[in-house]
Amino acid sequence: MTSEDTMQDHNHHHDHDHDHHDNHFSDMQARVKALETVLTQKGLIDPAAIDAIVETYETKIGPRNGAHVVAKAWREPDFADWLVRDATAAIASLGYTGRQGEHMRAVFNTPETHNLVVCTLCSCYPWAVLGLPPVWYKAPPYRSRAVIDPRGVLQEFGLTLPETKRIRVWDSTAELRYIVIPERPAGTEGLDEEGLADLVTRDSMIGTGLPKLVGEGQ
Amino acid sequence: MNAHEPAPRLAGSPGLPKSPEGDPVFAEPWQAEAFAMTVRLHEKGVFSWSEWAEVLSRELYRPGRRADGSDYFDCWVAALSCLVTELSITSESQLDQLTRSWQRAAVATPHGQPILLENDPAR
Repeated sequence: MTSEDTMQDHNHHHDHDHDHHDNHFSDMQARVKALETVLTQKGLIDPAAIDAIVETYETKIGPRNGAHVVAKAWREPDFADWLVRDATAAIASLGYTGRQGEHMRAVFNTPETHNLVVCTLCSCYPWAVLGLPPVWYKAPPYRSRAVIDPRGVLQEFGLTLPETKRIRVWDSTAELRYIVIPERPAGTEGLDEEGLADLVTRDSMIGTGLPKLVGEGQ
Repeated sequence: MNAHEPAPRLAGSPGLPKSPEGDPVFAEPWQAEAFAMTVRLHEKGVFSWSEWAEVLSRELYRPGRRADGSDYFDCWVAALSCLVTELSITSESQLDQLTRSWQRAAVATPHGQPILLENDPAR
């Protein structure tokens, strides 16, 4: 299967910002890592156990800003157009700006094309927009396999797409992060923005899932 | 998903931000990590609930807190640091050194690679 495209924009941005270090830990991030290091060395905690606890709360972490971006794009064609042309400005107009001034690009699912964002392992993941990444998403095998065999990876997550649907894989760069705008589910004509945002899952914004259907539980 | 798991005792910490369903909510991932580490240490009996509540309250009632409470988890991390140094698990200077080491490691890590402590060029 060679119909899958891997979009790698790394080379587009290399003519500037040579000294720009994208990875940065805030004082608190670094302090928490320091505590984790010491406590792990002393055998008092196991990072896997910590991940498991964090995972319990993963949907409670971070503002779900991306869900509102998606809901607004579904309701307002003008906003969707703006997202296509300049997602950074469109998302910033809602008050959601990245702390590191990263650029966002919105990729739209269509009946013909499904988009999948590959997470980076460093600190670049736009969790403020997308929510906390799932633990599996940070695993190196996921990243490499998603590029080679996106259809197989999606199947493992319970998302089987028709063979005719093309899958595009987007790999974020130091300056460019992606949000998937899933297709609006059927039967949602009567919903307001809040109601629509409730259907937008984190996984649907990274392309490993689809939005919830109306009436589907939490 | 997690509805049937008993809430950890630490979820009853004074002032912890909660969702309408009563779950702790976190503004940033590190806050959840700090919470999770504290939960584990308490479960393992490294400190008691009353020891934790006392140290956390001390941090929360320090003068100079932000009016909007957005520094709640800064206080949490300060309390956890304080407790582990009081229990002689580590020292303040070791924590400071490791904190700076992690920051150097982050800057030294190329985009797309996992940030590891070994990446600190000064180690």
